[in-house]
Amino acid sequence: MGESSMMAERRSILPAAVAWHGVRYEPVEAMARFVLRGSDAVCSTAAEVIGLSNPSVLRASHDEHRAILWQGPDEWLILAPEVERVALLQRLETALAQAPHALVDVSHRNVAVRLEGEAATRLLATGIMLDLDEAAFPVGMTTRTLFGKADVTLWRQAPQRFHLETWRSFAPYVIGLLQAGARGL
Amino acid sequence: MSDGFRIKGGRIDRAKPISFSFDGTVYRGYEGDTLASALLANGVHLMGRSFKYHRPRGVLAAGAEEPNALVTVTRGGGRSTPNLRATQVELYEGLQAESQNRFSSLGFDIGEINDLAGPLLGAGFYYKTFMQPKGAWAKLYEPLIRRAAGLGEAPRHPDPDHYANRFAHCDVLVAGGGPAGLAAALAAAQSGARVILADEQNEFGGSLLAETTATIDDQPAQDWVRATIAALNAMPHVTLLPRTTVFGYFQQNFLGLVERVTDHQAAPPSAVARERLWQVRAKEVVLATGAIERPLVFAGNDRPGVMLASAARIFCNRYGVLVGRRVILFTADDSAYAAALDLFRAGATIMAIADLRTNPTGPGVDAARAAKLPVMPGTVIIAAHGRLRADGVTLGAIGEDGAVRAAGDLPCDALLMAGGFTPTVHLFSQSRGKLTYDEARQMFIPGTSVQRERSAGGAKGTFALAAILAEGHAAGRDAAQKAGFTSEAHVAPQAKGDIPVAGGFVGAVPQPKGGVKGKAFVDFQNDVKATDIIAATQEGFRSIEHVKRYTTTGMATDQGKTSNMNALAIAADALDRPLPQVGLTTFRMPYTPVTFGSIAGHARGDLFDPVRQTPIHGWADEQGAAFENVGLWKRAWYFAKPGETMHEAVVRECMTVRRAAGLFDASTLGKIEVVGPDAAEFLNRLYTNPFSKLEVGRCRYGLMLNEAGFVMDDGVIGRLATDRFHVTMTTGGAPRVLAHMEDYLQTEFTDLKVWLTSTTEQWAVIAVQGPRARAIIAPLVEGIDLSAEAMPHMSVKTGTICGVETRLFRVSFTGELGFEINVPSDYGRAVWDAVWAEARKHDVCAYGTEAMHVLRAEKGYIIVGQDTDGTVTPADLGMEWAIGKSKPDFVGKRSLSRSDLVKPNRPQLVGLRTADPGFVPDMGAQIVPVANPAPGSSAQGFVSSSYDSAVLGRSIVMGLVAGGRARMAETVFITRLDGAAAPATIVEPIFYDPDGERLHG
Repeated sequence: MGESSMMAERRSILPAAVAWHGVRYEPVEAMARFVLRGSDAVCSTAAEVIGLSNPSVLRASHDEHRAILWQGPDEWLILAPEVERVALLQRLETALAQAPHALVDVSHRNVAVRLEGEAATRLLATGIMLDLDEAAFPVGMTTRTLFGKADVTLWRQAPQRFHLETWRSFAPYVIGLLQAGARGL
Repeated sequence: MSDGFRIKGGRIDRAKPISFSFDGTVYRGYEGDTLASALLANGVHLMGRSFKYHRPRGVLAAGAEEPNALVTVTRGGGRSTPNLRATQVELYEGLQAESQNRFSSLGFDIGEINDLAGPLLGAGFYYKTFMQPKGAWAKLYEPLIRRAAGLGEAPRHPDPDHYANRFAHCDVLVAGGGPAGLAAALAAAQSGARVILADEQNEFGGSLLAETTATIDDQPAQDWVRATIAALNAMPHVTLLPRTTVFGYFQQNFLGLVERVTDHQAAPPSAVARERLWQVRAKEVVLATGAIERPLVFAGNDRPGVMLASAARIFCNRYGVLVGRRVILFTADDSAYAAALDLFRAGATIMAIADLRTNPTGPGVDAARAAKLPVMPGTVIIAAHGRLRADGVTLGAIGEDGAVRAAGDLPCDALLMAGGFTPTVHLFSQSRGKLTYDEARQMFIPGTSVQRERSAGGAKGTFALAAILAEGHAAGRDAAQKAGFTSEAHVAPQAKGDIPVAGGFVGAVPQPKGGVKGKAFVDFQNDVKATDIIAATQEGFRSIEHVKRYTTTGMATDQGKTSNMNALAIAADALDRPLPQVGLTTFRMPYTPVTFGSIAGHARGDLFDPVRQTPIHGWADEQGAAFENVGLWKRAWYFAKPGETMHEAVVRECMTVRRAAGLFDASTLGKIEVVGPDAAEFLNRLYTNPFSKLEVGRCRYGLMLNEAGFVMDDGVIGRLATDRFHVTMTTGGAPRVLAHMEDYLQTEFTDLKVWLTSTTEQWAVIAVQGPRARAIIAPLVEGIDLSAEAMPHMSVKTGTICGVETRLFRVSFTGELGFEINVPSDYGRAVWDAVWAEARKHDVCAYGTEAMHVLRAEKGYIIVGQDTDGTVTPADLGMEWAIGKSKPDFVGKRSLSRSDLVKPNRPQLVGLRTADPGFVPDMGAQIVPVANPAPGSSAQGFVSSSYDSAVLGRSIVMGLVAGGRARMAETVFITRLDGAAAPATIVEPIFYDPDGERLHG
């Protein structure tokens, strides 16, 4: 059997942070990410394990390090620090053992970028069709939508700060589109 | 040249002179000028040549409706915009404009011969003249005609500019910033609604920017405009968009706007977008798009110097330009008197005001008479004279009997037409609203709304300023209220002192008996004359839609903004039918031409579509791999060494895999994690194969059918736990398969407790295939027994590789001993590097998708989408073994027993052994029963896979052949482009290692 116990190096697909006019792009650090599927009670149990509340429709519940993003009537995206990944997965599976559910690790499927600044909303509006006015898309709101031709999950963390989540291979396109959009603000 | 026609006043900035050039001549203008106003100030009326007859043309209008003065503006660096209306081109320092559609110069145009040949070139001329000989149209006539009758030249270079996009939402969108639009925007904004106000011009105000006598709320109209814009600007929930055309009204109150950001700047900053497309979803819309003045139809009405009275007034009052010194007006409308008075006060001599009406009355007429202007009631212009510039007219008097008699000639240098106004209902019509015909005023106005919009002001046929403001105010309030904002009691702005539009005329003006020599134009841009419309009705065309297509009236880039009503009235008169019965043509978007750049936006070059790359892409790129597109993915196609052809590379890659081993990036493989207590049952229903008894740690091939029983995808499915499966599928089919599964789960199998999660991108997949595969990965893997006993073909284990968690599959798409290493994507590259380092000790290579295709074809493994075409069943593929016979049901099962799916002569997958081993047929080649089939006879099938197999030293071919599975050893022929069809023998579709010994090593 193998004699190697070397640890392979992890490589992110995201470029380094950059400031455009009125908005700053930042790669979100590697995180543990799980897709949770099942009944609302399943999410309540999971939320309790994580120490958060079960988010309502189109909302995220979160603390400084962890979050649960509502994705659909039976789907949630759980975000947590990378170091908690293995232990959290185990704790969740233990707590949910009796309830039909699906818990799938997508830590490497998704990547996220953070956009912050007075022009963040306008920049997102170059590719997102939704109304991003605070009255229509308040802080704490999250949804799946399209950014240009890419599927994304958008989460408003503060009036001028957004977390934009997409699949790994779509990241260069999303960031390229943000860069192009920043030119036209 | 001196700008001798510049007068005092206007909204231009005399402190900022600008020099610009037109057809190479340098002129002077001022900031605030348009190209048209600056040229007129320099006495230049001749700005273009007409489309068909190459007649000299001047500017007709002062705005978006201009049909004649089309110019090309070039900026260098590939920037060239044709067909711009000179009336909308804002002047900037160094502007370079060229006239269009002329051979030689504007003043001397060889094409003008067409004008003399006019009688030959009437409507329908092309259809009748250029029919013979056959083929000559496409090769000879059409290119010639297109060259002679054309607009500006399309740019030849890629557009270097940047175009921005913005999605926006508002409560109230106001289209048009004239008096009605301003009043509407103010009322809506005062209610607290989010308002977007867009106007195509550089400043808001519309007709008020040329207003001299009217006051609003006791201040001069232009002061009110300034105050209103200041008030709107101060409100954070109002977005003001000047230089922005609302060009399209789509479904559900979705509107397209294009904002011209830098076209008016002498040196646009390179970091800024040239134009911005606004895609706006508005809760409510106010259409305040105004009205467009109609020309009058008489001989010579297209001479340079003949223009709309409203345009002359705008040039005078807004731009400080006199369009002529000796001016004749020809009117059927009160508004002409306002123009006459303004030009008179500015120093022009009013030679005559010929009024079609026998007894014109009203404040304008009274004021003109008081100023002793020569008002001539019951008078027409029979013809205008002059070639490059109008120099006089022939007047005609309308007698009590209605007959017109010549009443002498008058000289002039400008002739102004006032035929009344046509409401601009383009956007209303695009919104699918139904127009109503106002019989008394001879105009179409907005009738029943279909979407959440309302019109106000000129767009609705309301022309008195007080009424326009009241209507705009009410529309703004109503829109805000319907969007959920209750209005406070603001009052509408009050106006007085204007000379409103009243009167008007449609059709051809009365002529003396026997007609008049000379062309009377209806559609200036497409050179359609009154006689063409009449000719069309004589040819039998009854509907305006047909008249339009026969004569091309209204089909130019201006969409007949100045011509549609006159064309309609002439047709109605010729047909002796009421005007609304002849019909009104459709208004299509865009309102004015929109650049391709603004529509494309960011979707060009690398951002046209997402380009998906695997975590290992960079390595393949460094190795000089050629890539192919598979869906949105880039996949390594082959790895040619220096000097190697593609064929040589593929041969080497295939041979290396068979001899030692090869590494393959399979990361793009679609993956879905199917989890839940009913996961096995769900897969039982979605795939033909049985999954209930599949042991944990084992894999099974899965064949997926659609409801019609046809193969739609396939893949290997591994069971990770009783309730957890790792399902793989084709790269291109992944989204389709997930949608198909979700569809059934959400509609048919709602009883099942199972959930689907796409994990395609969670895992990077490194395939190691070949006899040395185990030896290569063994040093890197921990926690997994790789021996053939512990880990046989079609098994899956979890453990670690290079310290990283892995799902290790023992599977093969090559027929060799093989593993597929799944590791989390961010580790993909590092693990690949480690495996590659091990692999090099065994003298192996990386292989691409082409070698993968050859290797699988040698084994007769199908590729869904290549060996299937959406009409192929498992039986057609000889894959009945993949069907779980004891399963009660699965998607597509019922269809498999349909009579036409069990016919013996269905196309079936077979191998084809070519008589000439060196013959590699084209994929898609036809399979025929004889070498030279009779023309018109049917093929028996086609080649689906065809390669040169290095390991077998001959070609290998698979194809779908009618009844093929029962025709083993029969000879058929495969067509080739370079000669007669070549013979081949039908064989089983497996060519290499038929017993599968290598697979289980």
